[in-house]
Amino acid sequence: MSEKENVLRLENVTMQFGGVVAVNNLSLAVNRGEIVALIGPNGAGKTTAFNCITGVYQPTNGLIEFEGSPIVRAHPQGKMKKLYAGENAEKYLGERTIDPTPDKVTKLGIARTFQNIRLWKSMTVFDNVLTAKHMRTKQNVFTATFRMAKAEEKKIREETEALLEEQDLLKYKDDLAVSLPYGLQRRLEIARALATEPKLLLLDEPAAGMNPQETLELGEFIVNIKNKYDLTVFMIEHHMDLVMSFSDRIYVIDFGKLICEGLPQEVKNDQRVIDAYLGVV
Amino acid sequence: MKTEKSEKRRDTIVAIVLLMLLLIVMTIIDSVLPSYHIVIKVIKKAAVYSLVAVSMNLLNGFTGLFSLGQAGFMLLGAYAYAILSIPVDKRPGVYQYFDGGIVQFSFPEFFAGFLGDTVGTTVGILVALLIGGLLAALVAYLIGLPVLRLKSDYLAIATLGFAEILRAFFQWKNLGPLTNGSNLLKSYPDFENATSYIILIGIFIAVIVLLVNSTYGRAFKAIRDDEVAAEAMGINLAKHKRMAFVISSFFAGIGGGMLAMYMGTLQALSFKSTMTYEILLVVVIGGIGSITGSVITSFLYIASLEWLLRGLDSGKFLGISAPGIFKNGFRMAVVSVIIMVIVLFFRKGIMGDKEFSVSGIINFFKKRKLRKKTAAAGGDGGNE
Amino acid sequence: MQALIPYIINGISAGGQYALIAIGYTLVYGILRLINFAHGDVFMVAGLVMVYATTSMPLYLSIPLVLIVTVVLGFSIERVAYKPLRSAPRMSLMISAIGVSYLIQNLAFYLTGGLAQPVTKPIPWISDMITIFGASTKRVTVVTPVLTLLLVVVLVYLIKKTKIGMGMRAAAKDFETAQLMGVKINSVISFTFVVGSFLAAVGAILYFTNYPSVGITSGSLPGLRAFVAAVFGGIGSIPGAVVGAFIIGLCEELIKGLGYSTFSDAFTFALLIIVLCVKPTGIFGEKVTDKV
Repeated sequence: MSEKENVLRLENVTMQFGGVVAVNNLSLAVNRGEIVALIGPNGAGKTTAFNCITGVYQPTNGLIEFEGSPIVRAHPQGKMKKLYAGENAEKYLGERTIDPTPDKVTKLGIARTFQNIRLWKSMTVFDNVLTAKHMRTKQNVFTATFRMAKAEEKKIREETEALLEEQDLLKYKDDLAVSLPYGLQRRLEIARALATEPKLLLLDEPAAGMNPQETLELGEFIVNIKNKYDLTVFMIEHHMDLVMSFSDRIYVIDFGKLICEGLPQEVKNDQRVIDAYLGVV
Repeated sequence: MKTEKSEKRRDTIVAIVLLMLLLIVMTIIDSVLPSYHIVIKVIKKAAVYSLVAVSMNLLNGFTGLFSLGQAGFMLLGAYAYAILSIPVDKRPGVYQYFDGGIVQFSFPEFFAGFLGDTVGTTVGILVALLIGGLLAALVAYLIGLPVLRLKSDYLAIATLGFAEILRAFFQWKNLGPLTNGSNLLKSYPDFENATSYIILIGIFIAVIVLLVNSTYGRAFKAIRDDEVAAEAMGINLAKHKRMAFVISSFFAGIGGGMLAMYMGTLQALSFKSTMTYEILLVVVIGGIGSITGSVITSFLYIASLEWLLRGLDSGKFLGISAPGIFKNGFRMAVVSVIIMVIVLFFRKGIMGDKEFSVSGIINFFKKRKLRKKTAAAGGDGGNE
Repeated sequence: MQALIPYIINGISAGGQYALIAIGYTLVYGILRLINFAHGDVFMVAGLVMVYATTSMPLYLSIPLVLIVTVVLGFSIERVAYKPLRSAPRMSLMISAIGVSYLIQNLAFYLTGGLAQPVTKPIPWISDMITIFGASTKRVTVVTPVLTLLLVVVLVYLIKKTKIGMGMRAAAKDFETAQLMGVKINSVISFTFVVGSFLAAVGAILYFTNYPSVGITSGSLPGLRAFVAAVFGGIGSIPGAVVGAFIIGLCEELIKGLGYSTFSDAFTFALLIIVLCVKPTGIFGEKVTDKV
């Protein structure tokens, strides 16, 4: 087995809100070309972890690297110095804090979807995808207003059309995004994320609210786009079918702490996971 | 696809024809009516209101930033215009309490010096207006950084407060040599005819329309619809919000300059928060997020206020004479009741967030026809 | 220092008046998350009614009349202009408030003929001249802060101990949950507006006793200042509004005392912007975060 290349690496990431430690000393790595799932019971801190990676929250402590270079780094500051209840508080003390806004993270090549779909409501399907291309355009506000970058505008429109065609959404292109059925809205949100030309795609419960058939299709869809766009996928999911059959590796967290990591088969039979999560048995 | 393109082309052609027609009508109106005629006045003022309303719509409607600083930016533009264009020999009279003021320079005169009277004055006016816009934009840039981080209503109140500060500042005695303190500024040039207003403002609004339909306009709308999603899709919130704020203020500044031009005299006192409210209500009635809506409403609003409903204030309206009821202030009372009714019961305003277009109208009637047909064919079709 | 004493006394008095208006803003904001732009105009109407009532009827009728008219006005504004927009976006609500403010001012203009109404028969006793610390002033200056604090104590008691007060606190914490738990949200909101308008009416009586006339825009500036005070203290918090109001009132008068009266309002707003940028939640406010 050849040495795997980390795309995303979290090291001792802790997120504490007041006295509540939502993510506790989480370390994990996602390798290029993998589909990795992050699972755990409700309130385990999965979405919080995503929000730390994407710059929505600044973690209280820890380091996040993307393609080998640090994108987020923090140590307890201000009031948190006293309140901090996590581990490794000294480890990053001397280092410069890095706190990017979400757009900067996206620009580096990390795109995400949301647990509760967040499409732009007043826009059409086409415009939703087209607008996500905005970040990659080179025109400034002046050249854009006076139509001096027609070639680029044409290019992004064609790319958008191509993206929609692939996702089978082209026939809805002039409909309002919110008028689509739920499953298609999910797919559109993924298409919109792809429009930002990511290397790493973060999916927050992509199969929420889907029936087994739809879930299966979604799994195949994720594998397809992963291969087609040369992506790495990191997803939060509750549907065990999807997780077990489509992910290469699984991380399990509970109360913000990593409790288990491994191949789907290993995780399935791990007593700690069964206790924490599949405790229904 | 094909129909869409031909539809677009038809829209463009119709729009051009309509604009030509408008220009011809305007030229005729200008040549027939004297410049003090009420119709000319209404057209001028309504045109200025259109620009100011559209610039506010760019911010409040398209970017979703609820700012109430419009009057402040208009004030900046108005003062810049007046200060830079009062003829030098009139200055001792205008700045009579401040020894003729410290600015002894006038753009229209400067350009008239080598471009001839007509062309020079026009160029000078335009330059002074643009400088007013740039000043407003610069100030917006400076205060944008702290203020735009605030959420909805906090932003509203901070910008409102900022406009009030500006107003106090311009009335300050110590700035008198520049601003004439709380005294009037006057004697600056104005365009005699309404056509110039229409052309100039038409161009400015066209630029805003182009902006709104560009990739930046789409980014603004994304911020309005869902800030979190916009940021996650790589749109830099701080940069884009500030950009919208600066551009909107630039046009508000120009609008302020033109309002000063229309009014003939200028006083900081008239740029109160009530003016911002008035413009906001015009935007709301036209439809938040509809440029044509703002323009149509500006014309309706100013026409009814300054002209059509005059009778409500002077005792006789539509042939009904009731001096006891139709007295001073009744007109505004009626208008504000209408505004409230629209705000409460027709929340989307005249246009919603749609734009007025010829194909839109044709499609509307086609759909109605189709519906009638299906209703007739379906026989009972009363279920809907 | 001696020269500043009258300004300090006036500042405390103005602070008391602003506090009475600020509570109206803060209560409404706490529950509806609405800046009630019409509140300053309600205050102005109270002043106008006082001018008319005191000239035409005895005191024991005119003062209750002012209070009743103002309360009814505040109540009806909420029922007509805000209640239909319960489920609308907050922006619509704010626009409606601005519309109401515009409407009240224009109606007042129509009814008064646009002329400021002189306060011809100020309320006796409180408008008598007295001398304290060597500065002569009207008695209302001294009465105001005392009355304000008294009313605030009553209000806090009302909110802490009564059933409807509990409803108000619940609605301020979480509107939907309060509704689900059986809080009669509409009566709670109406009651909030009644309380707010009542205090504004008391404030108006005290405020306009010190002024020669009431004009249609007389409410805007005190309204805005009181609003700033509410934000300064942390909007949604009653002690915050009161403390903020006294600070604003004092600062404003002191700036006048130092000879910069043009800038007294500018200062108020500069303070507002600074507070909003540095600590948007004010002195006593609670932090609210958006969930992603």
